[in-house]
Amino acid sequence: MDVRARNNVVELGRPDGIPMLFAHGFGCDQHMWRHVTSRFVEDHRVVLFDYVGAGGSDLAAYDPVRYGSLDGYASDVLDVCEALNLEDVVFVGHSVSAMVGLLAAKRAPDRFAALVMVGPSPRYTDDGDYTGGFSAADIDELLGSLESNYLGWSSAMAPVIMGVPERPELGEELTNTFCQADPEIAGRFARVTFLSDHRHELPQVATPTLVMQCRNDVIAPVAVGEYVRDQMPDAELVLLDATGHCPNLSAPAATADAIEAFLRTRQLVRS
Amino acid sequence: MSVVDDAALQEFLDALVEDDPQQLYDSAPCGYLSTDPSGLVLKANQTFLTMTGYTHEQLVGRLAFVDLLTAGGRIYHETHYAPLLHMQGSAREIALDLVTADGGRLPVLVNSVLERDTRGEAQVIRTAVFDATQRREYERELLLSKTRAEESEARARALAQTLQQTLIPPTPPNIPGLDVAASYRPAGDGSEVGGDFYDVFQVGLDDWVVTVGDVAGKGVDAAVVTALVRYTLRAAAVENADPSSALRVLNTVLLRHDTERFCTVAFVRIRLDAAVVTCTLAVAGHPLPLLRTAHGEVTEAGVPGSAVGVVDELSLTDVEVRLSPGDCLVLFTDGVHEGRRGKEFFGLERLAELVAGPPAPAELATTVVREVVAFQEGVTRDDIAVVVVGVPA
Repeated sequence: MDVRARNNVVELGRPDGIPMLFAHGFGCDQHMWRHVTSRFVEDHRVVLFDYVGAGGSDLAAYDPVRYGSLDGYASDVLDVCEALNLEDVVFVGHSVSAMVGLLAAKRAPDRFAALVMVGPSPRYTDDGDYTGGFSAADIDELLGSLESNYLGWSSAMAPVIMGVPERPELGEELTNTFCQADPEIAGRFARVTFLSDHRHELPQVATPTLVMQCRNDVIAPVAVGEYVRDQMPDAELVLLDATGHCPNLSAPAATADAIEAFLRTRQLVRS
Repeated sequence: MSVVDDAALQEFLDALVEDDPQQLYDSAPCGYLSTDPSGLVLKANQTFLTMTGYTHEQLVGRLAFVDLLTAGGRIYHETHYAPLLHMQGSAREIALDLVTADGGRLPVLVNSVLERDTRGEAQVIRTAVFDATQRREYERELLLSKTRAEESEARARALAQTLQQTLIPPTPPNIPGLDVAASYRPAGDGSEVGGDFYDVFQVGLDDWVVTVGDVAGKGVDAAVVTALVRYTLRAAAVENADPSSALRVLNTVLLRHDTERFCTVAFVRIRLDAAVVTCTLAVAGHPLPLLRTAHGEVTEAGVPGSAVGVVDELSLTDVEVRLSPGDCLVLFTDGVHEGRRGKEFFGLERLAELVAGPPAPAELATTVVREVVAFQEGVTRDDIAVVVVGVPA
């Protein structure tokens, strides 16, 4: 199995730097990180990848059983670490990838030096006293949204969109495509993501963790970020002065600043 | 084509010039929103207010675009729409449901552009909103039909697989005192029932039959005939000691059955004595089985005969083969040697080499099928069935 091809692995930065592994969330692909990674290429080995089923990954490798839980996605993370021989990894996960990183660090604690969670949520739906922000009906509505928006998807387009590992500048003809995915896979990923519950794993991972949360994030409210910080043995929370769920796009500089400061205090920059 | 004279056209254009820009904006045939980069509504036209029932006071400076969406739509907005907008500066034809002032849902299609200043800082998001109620209903119908079609396809596939399982023994065949192994791979993705079959059954004390065959064609029609062939052979084997006689019974049954389909069969009757294993085989239009001795010599076993279900009189020969410890008999279907890569066939020679090779009888069947599949680079156009009967060394 060629993990590099399967997960569309892209390597940047200095080969002898502390590795930073950037993981995209539900909806898009590694391109989400392009404004953030530029800050780290000088001092770090920067590794980007797409989960199987997303972006430029090998869609044929998608297995509904393996990717039927976030653990399958964590296996992708560990596969990439192993294939590239990454040690002392700083894992930067956006959205659902924060929990994927948590699961990966739980399975292979020695592999990871730190976790950076951008807009994490251990459970998206409400449960008793816990407020995730959504109800099960909301998630059904999301799946409906996905379906209506994938009407334009054509499987004939898949090789065109997915087959090019390093896509050229997103041109007019590729409009909307980098957030496109096979609707079947996207639907499953949505279900796996938004119906997941990994609250009980939070106390089990002692890896130094930076939790980053935006104000007015409709997907991961600030209270959820505080919950993650409080439940993890060694986590700190930074509130970004940004709105929405994607500070890596809407406030890339502030996002990079916060990560940089965290890495410095945790001495995870090689001089 | 109507002809408009210059004077009339000029009059029309003059009238347009007098259009009040504010009025153009407010009565545009689509809703129009301007928001700051965080989505806070800064401006909305009258069409939008009418569509959604909000007042200017309720909306402007108070609500963000995501506040107007359903919860599911908000997730979609954050995971797809906003990233698109930031990454490529625009998002087109996004289907969303707006929550109207009275709590209702309004299906809309939305186009947005994100404008940046000269330093690249996001300034404003401009959004056009189109009522898509009827279109969405139509799309729902389409989606429903698509889902139904997919379900029916899944049912058909499940049915094909169930049918296939009735033609191929569900558990690995077993004859006490012998090593028996079988491997089967349906053509393509297995969604269609193939015509290959094999069977291993007991007819008496230390008296067994192994059949491997191929019914012409594919699909449910062929499967019905395959089932008939398989069970006819089972019944005929009880009354007919000679393989050729059992095959003649099958011939009569097939000719009288309302089908044009014929089949090929290799029929082996195996008698186990304390000291020796005797195989009697007849081959009806089927590839001759291969005999591998304990020393690794490979020869064809049996005499070619006519296929079953074509003519009244069959030319068949019963041949006796004794298997010594370490010997094995390899039965297979034409999906093996006729496996193709471009113009090249897998061929009997390659098969013979494989059979002569190191794998023990127990692994030989799976090895052959694996090699044939690999030879065709995973894309099999025909079923492949292999049964190996060996005497432990």
